Amino acid sequence: MIARLLHGVPRHALLLLAGLLAILVAAPIFADDYLVTVLILILYFAYTGQAWNILMGFAGQLSLGHALFVGLGAYTSAALYVHFGIGPWIGMPVAILISVACGAIIGFLAFRFGVGGVYFAILTIAFCEFTRIGFDHFDWVAGSSGLFLPVANYTRNDLINLRGQPVMFYYVILALTVAAFVMCHALLRSRVGYYWQAIREDEAAARSLGISTFRYKMIAIVISSGMTAPAGVFYAFYYNNLFPEQTFFILRSIEIILGPIIGGVGTLFGPVIGAFLLTGLSEALQELLTAYGLDTPGAKRVFYGVCLLVVVMVLPNGIWPPIARLLRLDRRETPET
Amino acid sequence: MPAEIYLNVAISGLLTGLVYGLMALGLSVIFGVVRVVNFAHGEMMTVAMYVAVVLFAQLGLDPLLMMLPIAALLFAVGYAMQMALINPFIARPEHSQFMLMVAVAIILVNGLLIVFGPDAQTVQTSYAFDSFAVGPVIVDATKLYAGLAAILVAAALFAFFQFAPLGKAIRACADNYTGALVVGLDVKRLYALSFGLGAACVGAAGAIIVLIVDVTPPLGPAYTLLAFIIVITGGLGSMPGALLGGILIGLTEAMAGLFFTPSAKSMFAFAILVLVLLFRPQGIMGKRLT
Amino acid sequence: MAALLEVANVSKNFSGLRAVADVTFAVPEGAIFAVIGPNGAGKTTLFNLIAGVFAPDAGEIAFNGVRIDGQPPDEICRRGIGRTFQIVRPFPGLSVEENVTIGALLRQPDPAAAMRRAHEILWRLDLFDKRRHLAGALTLPDRKRLEVARALATEPKLLLLDEVMAGLRPTETDRMVDILKMLNKESGLTILLIEHVMRAVMSVATRVLVLHHGAAIAEGTPDAVVRDPAVVASYLGAEAV
Repeated sequence: MIARLLHGVPRHALLLLAGLLAILVAAPIFADDYLVTVLILILYFAYTGQAWNILMGFAGQLSLGHALFVGLGAYTSAALYVHFGIGPWIGMPVAILISVACGAIIGFLAFRFGVGGVYFAILTIAFCEFTRIGFDHFDWVAGSSGLFLPVANYTRNDLINLRGQPVMFYYVILALTVAAFVMCHALLRSRVGYYWQAIREDEAAARSLGISTFRYKMIAIVISSGMTAPAGVFYAFYYNNLFPEQTFFILRSIEIILGPIIGGVGTLFGPVIGAFLLTGLSEALQELLTAYGLDTPGAKRVFYGVCLLVVVMVLPNGIWPPIARLLRLDRRETPET
Repeated sequence: MPAEIYLNVAISGLLTGLVYGLMALGLSVIFGVVRVVNFAHGEMMTVAMYVAVVLFAQLGLDPLLMMLPIAALLFAVGYAMQMALINPFIARPEHSQFMLMVAVAIILVNGLLIVFGPDAQTVQTSYAFDSFAVGPVIVDATKLYAGLAAILVAAALFAFFQFAPLGKAIRACADNYTGALVVGLDVKRLYALSFGLGAACVGAAGAIIVLIVDVTPPLGPAYTLLAFIIVITGGLGSMPGALLGGILIGLTEAMAGLFFTPSAKSMFAFAILVLVLLFRPQGIMGKRLT
Repeated sequence: MAALLEVANVSKNFSGLRAVADVTFAVPEGAIFAVIGPNGAGKTTLFNLIAGVFAPDAGEIAFNGVRIDGQPPDEICRRGIGRTFQIVRPFPGLSVEENVTIGALLRQPDPAAAMRRAHEILWRLDLFDKRRHLAGALTLPDRKRLEVARALATEPKLLLLDEVMAGLRPTETDRMVDILKMLNKESGLTILLIEHVMRAVMSVATRVLVLHHGAAIAEGTPDAVVRDPAVVASYLGAEAV
């Protein structure tokens, strides 16, 4: 299994990855609390970006409503914990199940009726907005007044119930992100991964090669939505409060996709690099603005917008592809003409 | 509830729907010609709304009188945006264009947030509480003026595309891009004009709608979505479809607010969108997709 | 020889326009069968009917004795019919070997085995040296051969080629003709060509069907067809004038 995963991966890429992982594992030893929370945020976006990337980057279906799956994951696990005392690790499979069911419904409706491209994107937004308004009136999860998880001052880390200090959350999200990375790597090299890319590149040509495009698009949305749900569980137990207005807000969905787009859609490293750059830069900007007393609510997001604009205009394929060529990690060549 | 209430609410929804329709008309013109999905449509609308609010608050200028100047301003903004940002993206993949517009939308919405803050801004005209009684039905004066203004602008746009040589050239360009190039039309300029016209529609719609709605920055994304729902419902690229879709959504929202709770009204607009996408993806007035 | 593909009384209309009118023919196993005709004769529509892009309004299409008309394109491929596109559509963002591997995955679910199969095919079609190149960066002749390679990788019994010689220079056309002859001879692959370029068809096809205004006006060996007065009048005559 492991040999198969590693087969064909260049040695210097493995060394690079091992180095990066070692730094990330050791980081809490050197980093202060603030830096750890920034790293948590980075890894959180790397994870959700990776999950979104399966649907858009691999299979070519643009979702602008991934906050829906985060939100469903968050609300499911939080409600189970608050109402029945069921811990997050048992809540997680339930959350995944609900998220997958919802993703499958959206996928079935869209792909069965040939809804693609921008129409699909708008359908995903519509579902997310629909859910947001629905949850505003959903009393079991406290509606618009917000669902809160009990918080105390923790002296020790309780991994079973995900109650504790930032360092514990850091290792949890690091493990999730590493798992997501390995899984995406495996998917990309599997038959499913090849078929997704074929659909992304040219759906009619893919069908002419015997690929049931409906089936593989369904697989993509099911895996992507299922993978997004644990991020929601993490979100709920890390932040301890959930409001429909925030959780299902359209900008939440946009935040998820910014990382992979800036890093490189459809690449394995894109979501990771994008998350590092975007979150790192925006935190630095926040610091700067606060230091100069210019901290207004919209400033950070204007920065997001400008980043996105510049990258989309200057590097339409993201930052990773040129770096990959530089590091000789690109298996595809463009012949000189 | 007495029957007049339903009628009152229906008429109010219809008049609001006409303004929605004008906003969606702008989106439809842009998509129909330039084939670019303007994801910053609602954000441009809020820009127009804030301009109207500022003009009213600072200079006491009535938004209805300012409708045409604001439309002209938005026309210039749209023209410049198409020339500078979107024309280089014409040959790019759909999602790339989409992300470009998302970026513009994020910058606009948060730029407004920085300048004007999160609180709602409103316009109080001298006729804000006037109304007309037609038999048992009471019609709100502001909404009546708003609806009439929307019809006026829409009619002018229809006439432009039907009779003006430039309008015909734009239509030719929308029907056949290569053909337009071959007969020597300056396609880039026509695209910019179309985007400008679409932006002028939202400009006028924004100036009108401040009479009815208080403006906050997050209204931008909400209106973008609403414009999409209307245009898809009416039929992408169909101008009468956009107006019809606007009226339909306006009516639905008004009725949902009456029967359920006003805060849940947009759920019904989404439900309509889902139904249309599933059973008539080309929209009510749209041509059959091949 | 048994017929591998049977097209019986097939018609297709597009909003009143009769694109294909009551066409009947049979492609025997092991043949290189060409469908020719002037522009607008209904060749591509006929092709799309067989490939499952449209369902015919009337008539039947049978492959291996089983009806296939109205089946979706992916099902048609799974049954053993490979196709190329008139305007080539390789997956532009993927490498040459990835393009062909995707085709091979239909019969070889294991990616490593599919990649090996893809390399064999690329070798035969003279593309092995370019296997790591981005498909979108290839020249037109290379892209055309890549499309043939990708379709071959699905291991079809029948290969449908839509104007695979169009836009090629004479030397490139000869190269393609040689490849098709080799495939037909070595593995007994049946080929149905839709072609506008007469020269290539004459040297490669064992049997030719001529379409004109959607209807079949002649069928026979290449030599017989070019002497057919109806063909000369409708097609060759028009070109000569």
